[in-house]
Amino acid sequence: MFAPAPLLRHAGITVAACLLIAAALTALGQGLWDVNLAYSLAIGLISWLSIDLLRLRWRESDQIPWPRGLRGMAVVPLGIAAGLVLGNPLGGLYVQQFHPELPAAGRPSLWLPFAITMATSIAMSWGFYVVGKSRHLQMQAEQAQRQAAEARLSLLQAQLEPHMLFNTLANLRVLIASDAPRAEQMLDHLIAYLRATLAGSRNGTHSLASEFALLTDYLALMQIRMGDRLTYSLTLPADLAGLPVPPLLLQPLVENSIRHGLEPQLAGGHIAVQAGMLDDSHLLLSVHDNGLGLPELPGQPPSGSGFGLQQIRERLASRYGSAARFDLTADSAGGTWACIALPLKPQP
Amino acid sequence: MNTSPPRALIAEDEPLLALALQQLLGQLWPQLHIEARVADGISAVQQALTRLPDLLFLDIRMPGQTGLEAAAEIADAWPEEQALPAIVFVTAYDQYALAAFEACAMDYVLKPVQAARLGQTVQRLQQWWQQRQPAQGTDLAMQNHRQLERLLGLQQQLLGQVPAALQIIQASVGNQIHMVRVQDISYLEAADKYLRVLTASQEYLIRTPLKDLLPQLDAREFWQIHRGTVVRAQAIASAQRDESGRLSLLLRDRPEKLAVSRLYATRFKAM
Repeated sequence: MFAPAPLLRHAGITVAACLLIAAALTALGQGLWDVNLAYSLAIGLISWLSIDLLRLRWRESDQIPWPRGLRGMAVVPLGIAAGLVLGNPLGGLYVQQFHPELPAAGRPSLWLPFAITMATSIAMSWGFYVVGKSRHLQMQAEQAQRQAAEARLSLLQAQLEPHMLFNTLANLRVLIASDAPRAEQMLDHLIAYLRATLAGSRNGTHSLASEFALLTDYLALMQIRMGDRLTYSLTLPADLAGLPVPPLLLQPLVENSIRHGLEPQLAGGHIAVQAGMLDDSHLLLSVHDNGLGLPELPGQPPSGSGFGLQQIRERLASRYGSAARFDLTADSAGGTWACIALPLKPQP
Repeated sequence: MNTSPPRALIAEDEPLLALALQQLLGQLWPQLHIEARVADGISAVQQALTRLPDLLFLDIRMPGQTGLEAAAEIADAWPEEQALPAIVFVTAYDQYALAAFEACAMDYVLKPVQAARLGQTVQRLQQWWQQRQPAQGTDLAMQNHRQLERLLGLQQQLLGQVPAALQIIQASVGNQIHMVRVQDISYLEAADKYLRVLTASQEYLIRTPLKDLLPQLDAREFWQIHRGTVVRAQAIASAQRDESGRLSLLLRDRPEKLAVSRLYATRFKAM
């Protein structure tokens, strides 16, 4: 959109520059003060206005208010030409009106205003461009930083859900007094889970066996909390254990199954995590639960889950492109199937 | 003085935590009799209404329904001649709920439950138990009224967290989507899996459950009057009480008479 604030600021700076030029010329003995000012203002303001309006008219985008390519290079010369062609006669008019006594020779010669207009227009356009650009870049940098910080925080919160953490601690507190060996076990699971989650590295890969170990820790914690209401099975064929997968890929799926499928269901339920080969070149990972199932309205996931699923899609897309697939489907018997198909070799 | 010992119900879905709360309460208040332990929000309501305990310890996040929903249902269906139970909410981490409890002076305990903090709650409950005995007749009604008001306040605090924004309800009729302006609605009524939206002349069915829609409506304009009924305040013509003390509403543009449940009846009083 048309933004008046920078335009007005530019106009002010232009007027100030014209005053300076007029003062400098007068000091150098180049004619009368008011004549110099009249020429200077006429040429300067017209040049400025044409440059600013042209650049806004042809601007590349709202963020970068400067035209691309040939137009970008033409803006300043065009503005200078307009300033000289229209401004000079205006200055002449002023002299005719107020100083008819001056001979034609007393008027400022043509080469001087031309040189001055050239120099100032180029300098000022360059200055405005640089200032505008640095402001824009600074804003962009700040915004990017803010977004990154927010994303990190929500990622951490998504995985370290405070409700889960405090409930786990509450269980631990009870076990310390009543069943110390089991408390120790639970604490070990919690430590392993926290270490894996807080490591925060979403880059690189780890082995499928490490991913399953993390799921074991999480599910063991949840089983102490939920008691008989949670049963689970993890199936990892030995020949697949060493395959590389992105870290914490399955964990959000298992967490979703518990939070939205099993925890709200009176009877609890079963979670099955499986790894297998889809075909010769694709690995198939699945998380199946017999919980409450998907919410009725597609596109309106229960709060909290949307973020996790979105993240899985983005991570798969950035690493494997279109070679990986992620499907979340409702089981006909209630419950949810989440399936991830990965190519064995990452795409180039 | 109370002759019989106070009786309590614990609703907590995690077995270890339920057991630990029972043990800790046993140490801090040996006279307290834990009548039952349940693990979900539905059984909490059933057990509370059959056993009519004096105290309720309710976990907030439970399967079936939340502790808050269970509390509202219990208060609604509680026999009128009985004093309402004292309710203590137990929660691991619910920022919104915590602020609401503080605003309404309802007691709550944070998990992991610590003996010192639970001790304070127990002291408060013991005082309450001492004072409760003489309550008879109008006193009882007064006490119940106050407790219902607090519970209602709590509910409104929690609903008030989400900024109201909904202007239009989109209801499908055949293969059309009707845009129903919220200011045209007389009342909303839950019906099985659907929600009935009633205007002066029309009735629509939408699939959004009432508890999901309610937070999106302006709480000053739309008043809940029953677990399954929300009425637009301006559509109410009058509220009247029958011989048995039951409150019901007459509407300006519709013939139906809407029943107001106990919990929400506290809202209707002359200025």
